[in-house]
Amino acid sequence: MSWFRKPERKLKAEEKRELPADVFEKCPRCGEILYRARLEQNLNVCPSCGFHLRLSAGGYVALLLDEGTFEERDGDLRSGDPLKFTDLKPYPQRLEAAERRPGSFGDAVVTGTGRLEGIGVCLAVMDFEFIGGSMGSVVGEKIARIGLVALERRQPLIVVSASGGARMQEGILSLMQMAKTSAVLARLHEARIPYISVLTNPTTGGVTASYAMLGDVNLAEPGALIGFAGPRVIEQTIKQALPEGFQRSEFLLEHGMVDAIVDRRELKRTIARLLRHMLGLPEAVAAGRTVDTAQAVGAGGEGAAPAGKDRAAD
Amino acid sequence: MANGRIAEFEKDIAELEQQIARLQVLAEQRGLDVADEIRILEQKLARLKEAAFRNLTAIERVQLARHPKRPYTLDYIARAFTDFIELAGDRAYRNDEAIVGGWARLEGRTVMVIGHQKGRDMKENLRRNFGMPHPEGYRKALRLMKLAEKFGHPVVTLIDTPGAYPGIGAEERGQAEAIARNLREMAALRVPLVSVVIGEGGSGGALALGVTDRILMFENSIYSVISPEGCAAILWKTAEARDKAAEALKLTAPDLAALGVVDEVIPEPLGGAHSDWDGAAQALRAALCRHLDELERLPVDELRQRRWQKFEAMGEWRVAGAAAS
Repeated sequence: MSWFRKPERKLKAEEKRELPADVFEKCPRCGEILYRARLEQNLNVCPSCGFHLRLSAGGYVALLLDEGTFEERDGDLRSGDPLKFTDLKPYPQRLEAAERRPGSFGDAVVTGTGRLEGIGVCLAVMDFEFIGGSMGSVVGEKIARIGLVALERRQPLIVVSASGGARMQEGILSLMQMAKTSAVLARLHEARIPYISVLTNPTTGGVTASYAMLGDVNLAEPGALIGFAGPRVIEQTIKQALPEGFQRSEFLLEHGMVDAIVDRRELKRTIARLLRHMLGLPEAVAAGRTVDTAQAVGAGGEGAAPAGKDRAAD
Repeated sequence: MANGRIAEFEKDIAELEQQIARLQVLAEQRGLDVADEIRILEQKLARLKEAAFRNLTAIERVQLARHPKRPYTLDYIARAFTDFIELAGDRAYRNDEAIVGGWARLEGRTVMVIGHQKGRDMKENLRRNFGMPHPEGYRKALRLMKLAEKFGHPVVTLIDTPGAYPGIGAEERGQAEAIARNLREMAALRVPLVSVVIGEGGSGGALALGVTDRILMFENSIYSVISPEGCAAILWKTAEARDKAAEALKLTAPDLAALGVVDEVIPEPLGGAHSDWDGAAQALRAALCRHLDELERLPVDELRQRRWQKFEAMGEWRVAGAAAS
């Protein structure tokens, strides 16, 4: 039609594109354009198809713990540079950049104590945004320390994992964090203190091959990539394409590696029910449950056993 | 395969060794006295070996650790141990031949010896999967460790793997779970454990036999969170950076001793373990006996307490605003 107007339209389009970036987000699975505030209210689960978008580490703390009960521990631990490691960039520069990001907890995990439906718990949540959730000395140390707090207080431990694996820049010391954290879990295991591992997208490498797989109960979020080796490494090794759904939560459930797949909106309630069983506590009273699940409005799973429901959905 | 500077030296060393052998045969045949000539040649050989093995770079150590003639687990078992009876299978799925293990004696005392096993040729490597275990290999290892615990005997592990196998079956059967469980169970085991890196200590696949009271390494072995090739590809975005990555990862035995991860570096015979299997096995036996003697004196609670403290102390961090720990 009239090509005279073209520049005008271009300007308008740019304006429009800038605005939605903050306000809207597109669901990577169903393509639905989602109002960001609504998405956040729904714990970053697509209201249309149930796809689980990433939730921040702080988001999980807020989701799992009763309001105002979280007390962070060891928030001042920072990585050293034991190897004086420099690849294309010096390691301290990578650390600084990661730390400057808003919402950072100083390294790839936040730990602390709090209450979950009134039950005193120790909690660690990994932060994938911090150098890919990689496990270096600080991650290992913070997880080991919160594990020892759990041991001392005889409180259950909950770890929410999201990690690409060990942090190469700390070399062998990062590998040894697998041993360190597993040794603490051995002590919790002997002391018969419940440990619940929550695996979120993605959990691979050294984190999967240590504490993430060692839960008394392993829970996975739907559709999360969980494995030892990354899919690319496997493809390069066996020189063939990987089957659809390989290393996803549903695959792990089928192969017996996780106990249940739990919708994020049901996560808190599921953990609380598991802990009450393991701790020998009575079933929660209805009133208490109403208060605690108030934030999971729209979950639509009222009264249903989340694990059973998800299995049936497969 | 060894290449670069090491290969050059090895060619020269081999030539000189042949020369000495020829001279000896000739002398015997003709009844000549060539002692002086041989002594000169042997001195030259020793100088050559010393020059070759002094100031090795990280990547040269990597090459030695992977040397195709290096002694493997069963070679050490045959030389440093006696009365070996191999035990097979995880009792659940299959017998993974990338890990071997069984009862053996170390100067008379019974131990459970377990190690990664590489193949010497292509046919054996197909059987042994190049020393890269599947989950059932780690589960076999754990079964044997529990057996040792049941009868109160110490555990010796020999580490030599490029890594746990990254394949479809390995993931299906829980590679991560198998490794993780070994870490936890080894930490709790009520008998002494000693591990020795004899060649390649490839990441989690190596550590799954490595949560032990003492960690020893042969002088030219390596232990790393990732292979230098893998690290170069990820961080430098090119496999060409392999040498730099090997240097940066601090994966050699002396580096790891300096980092406090390794308790003792076992010196190799001049020319490397591959040039003298018996000498290397002798050094291994002596080191193992010494460490087991020390560990067996400890009450089990103290043994485990010390093991936990050892691993809990690993790592380096600082408190924000303060100097490094």
